[in-house]
Amino acid sequence: MSQHSAAAVIRGRPAAPAPAARRKVTTDGQIGALLLFLPPALLLFTLFVVMPIGEAAWYSGFNWNGFGTPTRWIGFDNYRFVFDTRGFGIAFRNNLLIIAVSLVIQLPIALTLALLLAEKFLGSLALRMLFFLPYVLAEVATGLIFSFIYDGNYGLLASIYRMFGAEAPHLLASTQTSMLAILIVVVWKYFGFHMMLFIAALQGMDRNLVEAARIDGASRWQVLHHIVIPLLYPTIRLSVFFAVVGSLQLFDLVMPLTRGGPADSSNTMVSFLYNNGVSRMRVGYGSAIGVILFVICVTFAITYKRWFMRDE
Amino acid sequence: MRFLTKLALAAAGLTLTVGAAAAQTTIRWLHIEQNPAQVKIWEEVARRFEAKNAGVKVEMQFLENEAYKAKLPTVLQSRDRPHILYSWAGGVLRTQVEAGVLEDITAGVGAYKDNLSAGAVEAFTVGSKLYGLPYTVSQVGFMYNKDLFAKAGVDGGTIKSWDDFLVGVKKLKAAGITPIAVGGQDKWPLHFYWTHLAVRLGGKPAFEAALKGQNGGFEGETFQKAGELMKQLVDLEPFQTGFLGFKNQQALGFFGDGKAAMNLAISHHSATQRALAADKKGIAEDNLGWIDFPMPAGGKGQPSDTLGGVNGWIITKGAPKEAVEFVKFFISDEVQRELSKQNFIIPTFKGAELSLSAAFMQNVAKNIAASQYHQNFYDQDLGPSVGRVVNDATAEIAGGSMTPKQAAKAIQEAFKQGN
Repeated sequence: MSQHSAAAVIRGRPAAPAPAARRKVTTDGQIGALLLFLPPALLLFTLFVVMPIGEAAWYSGFNWNGFGTPTRWIGFDNYRFVFDTRGFGIAFRNNLLIIAVSLVIQLPIALTLALLLAEKFLGSLALRMLFFLPYVLAEVATGLIFSFIYDGNYGLLASIYRMFGAEAPHLLASTQTSMLAILIVVVWKYFGFHMMLFIAALQGMDRNLVEAARIDGASRWQVLHHIVIPLLYPTIRLSVFFAVVGSLQLFDLVMPLTRGGPADSSNTMVSFLYNNGVSRMRVGYGSAIGVILFVICVTFAITYKRWFMRDE
Repeated sequence: MRFLTKLALAAAGLTLTVGAAAAQTTIRWLHIEQNPAQVKIWEEVARRFEAKNAGVKVEMQFLENEAYKAKLPTVLQSRDRPHILYSWAGGVLRTQVEAGVLEDITAGVGAYKDNLSAGAVEAFTVGSKLYGLPYTVSQVGFMYNKDLFAKAGVDGGTIKSWDDFLVGVKKLKAAGITPIAVGGQDKWPLHFYWTHLAVRLGGKPAFEAALKGQNGGFEGETFQKAGELMKQLVDLEPFQTGFLGFKNQQALGFFGDGKAAMNLAISHHSATQRALAADKKGIAEDNLGWIDFPMPAGGKGQPSDTLGGVNGWIITKGAPKEAVEFVKFFISDEVQRELSKQNFIIPTFKGAELSLSAAFMQNVAKNIAASQYHQNFYDQDLGPSVGRVVNDATAEIAGGSMTPKQAAKAIQEAFKQGN
């Protein structure tokens, strides 16, 4: 088939030609820039991203304690061990729980506050900073602070209970409540970040649309429902993405609070990885967990981008 | 101008002299000791060694216990690893030796080791080669608050059997006193119960058989029974509320504050509880009692058998020979007496235990000397991968999320999977 007819076929479909044509126009200057800037980036990416992932995958096939070079190849047994362990199931379930709470509780709180604070009024800036503060705090510091707050003998919670003449519960020391305690900290720590994203989006929004709607007689709720929220969708989608990926990687809050205990009840997949792979020096087993986590994250990232963030 | 030149020359000359006087050998020494009073003595010892050995510098580095354990494999395999490292001997030491990261110091130590307690030296010997030297031993037992015992009408001196012990716990509870403080979040303080019960129930033969996979290994009768007896205790709810959220340090502070009557402790915790108490004084020496771990009915072990640690210094591969000299100096009669006098350690240098000033520590030293079977902590002896499962499983018995049978099974399975 001649080139002419191929072009004709392309021209026949209205949507395709634009990106295809754009891609073809690579000037000499761009190729030069490509040759100059791509190799260092590619090298760094390979060295610090691709190789460690590859290494983890390789180590996950060994029964290895981290000393010397691994020699005892056991194939996929580590993966079998991981899925056989009760603790991993709990950790996986906890990650799902964190995601659910992030989406159902944290994001709505962030959105509501953003809608209230996006308007300029006395104190709105101060309130914004106040709500954003927890996010600025280092995770480990947050964990330590809350482990003091939750302490059933000396903590803030304990003194509040004592005011009412009651004995404080040890939230972090019970398998029933340890995860709840962590979830509260998660929501407290990250809602400010999402709130800021929403405020930024709200301020970048075209006010004319809202004003036009108000002039046309739309109620506050109608404006919110039909104009503001739809215009926020790209940001909401981004927030959801951050929330899910962040939830999957949660680690540094868990360690100072409970170290995944008691009895594995508050492990996340990453703290489970640390407790088994690093503390127990079962590097192969830990690598297998790492690979599983990686696959989950990548699968999520790709599908999410495909389905929800196609246009951005 | 001339003045400036002179100044520059003088400065250059000064730098050169300083350069020449600087150490030719630096010994890097990594430790985990948190007690400032003890670290101060160690530093003085290092300076004294430097004074005696011109051209040698001793550099102290510190890591917190858990962080140290996590970092150890990486530290050992790095090119600029410290030369002297803290060790609990046992399975972890064997793994390190197999990996070839430790220095065989048999020749460097020579006959010096004969000055030290043979059993402790044995712990640092793998396949007839010496890889480190012990500087302290310890025993696990109940330290108790005599005031609180008196208040509940319990006589610590009469507690010999497991049943006596359980009766004591019940009496303390009845008197409204928390019987035992324990740092459940760290898990290893809970593993003492299970391990010590196993030591009492089966003695040395049971442990050795389990290592060979005989009698059902760690799933065998002795170890299941240990779990069941531990469960008996747990069912009395003897620990402080929220014990699974307590680190060992917090629990020691809690005990030091007089809020609980007992703590199943490593002997040197008698000093640590003072440092960690709110008033920094803790339970005074004459108010602090010791109960040897009680004997369960039908136990095959000897009442004199001890559970405890053997701690010392290992020398890493490629360390300068001065490192061995420093360790010998650190475990010399003089330094050991100095540390004993303040009751920081039970010394390994023969005769140095006479310097112990506290009756509490003298008693522990006597126990260890009389012991025919000193079992190293299981979580150290079995290596990290199995040892940590022992800790997990026993913490789960205490928390009620595992039955003794399940716990024994989990440990045996980890043992079969190996490192």
